[in-house]
Amino acid sequence: MTDAPRNRQRRAFMRNSLLSIPAVSVGSSLAFRASAAAPEAPPLHDYYPTFFTSEEWQFILSATDLLIPADDTGPGALDAHVPVFIDRELAGGYGQAEHWYMQGPFRTDAPAEMGYQLPHTPAAVYRLGIRATDAHCRRHFSKPFAALDKATRTEVLSALEKGTPDFNALGIANLPSSTFFAFLLQNTREGFLSDPIHGGNRHMVGWKMLGFTGARASFREWVDQYDQPYPLGPVSLNGERG
Amino acid sequence: MNDKDNSAMKTLPSVDAVIIGLGWTGSIMGMELTDAGLNVVALERGGDRTKEDFLYPKPADELKYGVRLEMMQRPKQSTVTIRRNADEEALPQRHWTTFHPGDGVGGAGSHWTGVLYRATPTELSLKSFADRTFEPGFLPEDMTIQDYGVTYEELEPHYDFFEKVAGLSGQAGNVQGEIIDGGNPFEGPRQNPFPLPPLPRTLTDTLFTEATKKLGWHPYPYPSANVSGAWTNPYGMQLGPCNFCGFCSNYGCLNYSKASPQTCVLDALKQRETFSYRTHCEVTRIVKSDDGETVKGVVYRDGEGQETFQPAGMVILASFPLSNVRILLLSEIGKPYDPVANTGVVGRNFSYQITGSIDMYFKDHQFNPFISAGGSGQVIDDFSPDTFDTASHGFIGGSYIYTTQGPGGAIGAIRTPPGSASWGSEWKKNASEHYGHHMMLGTTGTNMSYRDVYLDLDPTYTDPHGDPLLRMTYDWKDNDMRMTQFMAERMREIVAELKPDYHTESFKQVGDHFDPSHYQSTHLTGGAIMGTDPKTSVLNRYLQHWDAHNLFVMGASAFPQNMQHNPTGTVAALTYWSAKHIRERYLKAPGPLMEKA
Repeated sequence: MTDAPRNRQRRAFMRNSLLSIPAVSVGSSLAFRASAAAPEAPPLHDYYPTFFTSEEWQFILSATDLLIPADDTGPGALDAHVPVFIDRELAGGYGQAEHWYMQGPFRTDAPAEMGYQLPHTPAAVYRLGIRATDAHCRRHFSKPFAALDKATRTEVLSALEKGTPDFNALGIANLPSSTFFAFLLQNTREGFLSDPIHGGNRHMVGWKMLGFTGARASFREWVDQYDQPYPLGPVSLNGERG
Repeated sequence: MNDKDNSAMKTLPSVDAVIIGLGWTGSIMGMELTDAGLNVVALERGGDRTKEDFLYPKPADELKYGVRLEMMQRPKQSTVTIRRNADEEALPQRHWTTFHPGDGVGGAGSHWTGVLYRATPTELSLKSFADRTFEPGFLPEDMTIQDYGVTYEELEPHYDFFEKVAGLSGQAGNVQGEIIDGGNPFEGPRQNPFPLPPLPRTLTDTLFTEATKKLGWHPYPYPSANVSGAWTNPYGMQLGPCNFCGFCSNYGCLNYSKASPQTCVLDALKQRETFSYRTHCEVTRIVKSDDGETVKGVVYRDGEGQETFQPAGMVILASFPLSNVRILLLSEIGKPYDPVANTGVVGRNFSYQITGSIDMYFKDHQFNPFISAGGSGQVIDDFSPDTFDTASHGFIGGSYIYTTQGPGGAIGAIRTPPGSASWGSEWKKNASEHYGHHMMLGTTGTNMSYRDVYLDLDPTYTDPHGDPLLRMTYDWKDNDMRMTQFMAERMREIVAELKPDYHTESFKQVGDHFDPSHYQSTHLTGGAIMGTDPKTSVLNRYLQHWDAHNLFVMGASAFPQNMQHNPTGTVAALTYWSAKHIRERYLKAPGPLMEKA
């Protein structure tokens, strides 16, 4: 092996490291502070989705807000920018199923134990799932999902979870409504609980809710301190502390 | 397909040995064969991975590594189809769920958990044990278990050496026949104690120890290849003490603490001028010689799609077990197994692993589950294949029962009470209140081999080049389910001692069918097994192919059935065993190392 690729890699790493150091702390003795360490993400209403259309975006905002609401337990999916996370994931390799085996034939009626067997990429699951859900809502409530009141939206999400709405009857083939819901719930949780570098978990609100420490990743002296809640807050890959 | 027009295959200058796959076994063979003076090239299907790729904080990214499985083989490049029986249509794993085959330099050895075990003397000679232990007719007629053909005594020096390579940390239970308190009294005798002492004990370890001791069992620390202290191995490679970072299984180690090809072998190997490796080179065929007794090299496709013939004096097949079997089948080396006619060998005796778990909730305990090491945990071996009367419980085999701290990741560790909401304020409140209050009990057991459980080439699904995917025909058998239910009973005894506020169980029952939609284990074994009879094994007891004497096949594909413990220790010991016979005998007089009887 020559050294060239490794040097390139190292240079790229240095560049990334420098970018991740907040301006205020370079050459100063200031300790990291959350406000200094995290470049403030724009407010959610100023975010222009890359993947979602504006109608789809309204669906995602109103659905994730119910899946992980802001409440007495703490901030919710919108505070955490979960919709931004999902938009970025679907616009990227995950959305395109870039690593998945997507050659046919597809046995869409396979038993659940055989795992995911649909012909849709995650991006397509969302595109079709939102279209079908909005069609379902228009048929039953004369409005798209995002325009419904909270109680009705909750009712619709529960129905999706159970797989009740028949997307096939609404013109969307090969997509059980429960599968669409499973993607939505899983990605919402991921956006709430993954490192902020991926666009969600803003200010690490999901981790703080759990007491998870993020990328702190060094605990040798804490292993045998039984039943003592760990005292320090989380750290993100970019060095933000919470 | 991104292949450009490659009507002309490139042929390279010949090398002494070509190694297919650069994980643990490929790295070890690289050291051994260059030591013997050979000129060696390794071909790795995935990308390069160096220790720099694992620098802090890069691996501490649960979404990238723990959820999207960045370290794993790309199903798009090659996956496996699965069916439970011959009447079903096999369907592909479109993204990995039931197991996680590794990819790239280091292979599974980069993302493994670091639990490093030996097989027991009995497990290596299981058929002989069964013949002298059980009444005739006790074992099902279609059970095809066999002896490995190599004994524990023969492998012991190689286990011992690899444990020094990996800086194994833990407590020996049997040193030269002397049983040592606090170790595993049921292990085979070791010539030496562990290189390093156990990792510090977590709260879960301590609770498990107290409960199992009260039950009269023999708890001991997981033998860990996440090292407990500074260690310099026989290759001069250095490991540092594990800091319980919480990112282990599925992750590269950010702390030079987890034994891997990168941390233990490769930097020493790369300094040798007689060794080189090429990444993004996917071997598609091993090429047979006209003499009918040897192979003459391999054909691979490089990252640009260029097909290349690499001639070689010897071929070491050292990829993941499933890939080993697929390459042998695609290359038409060895007779494919036919379960109906009961003929052939390649694909025969595939086995997997049986697991089960209990999850206990303790309101008053705080476990800090993000403080964890993959190889940290506490174990009992009181219910191994030869430690109690399994026949009276209706099975052959055994399982270990263990606890380990975690899982600690935020996405993967959410636990909420059974029957409670999976979203909304109720879920959120439960997730918040329960995180850090769970302790797991697990069991992992032997898996017997059967006539109708095997690997072959799929008739429908292909890879992007048009080559058939590997097809896995696998289902649970009553023997294994009865064993799991027995272990569930023992684990409930531990639960009764520990008195959690509540617990949930996940065990398979007699009549259940294999469910590949959930993670089970990455300990896939068999399909190219070793033995002493060419009618029932692909390899002889030196891992030499019966039909091509300069082809040696490494890895757990050689296991005739699966053992209760983790395979890496035995995989590595078998590699050193094979290398010893290549160096001391084969290179001096190339030819079959065993007569075909």
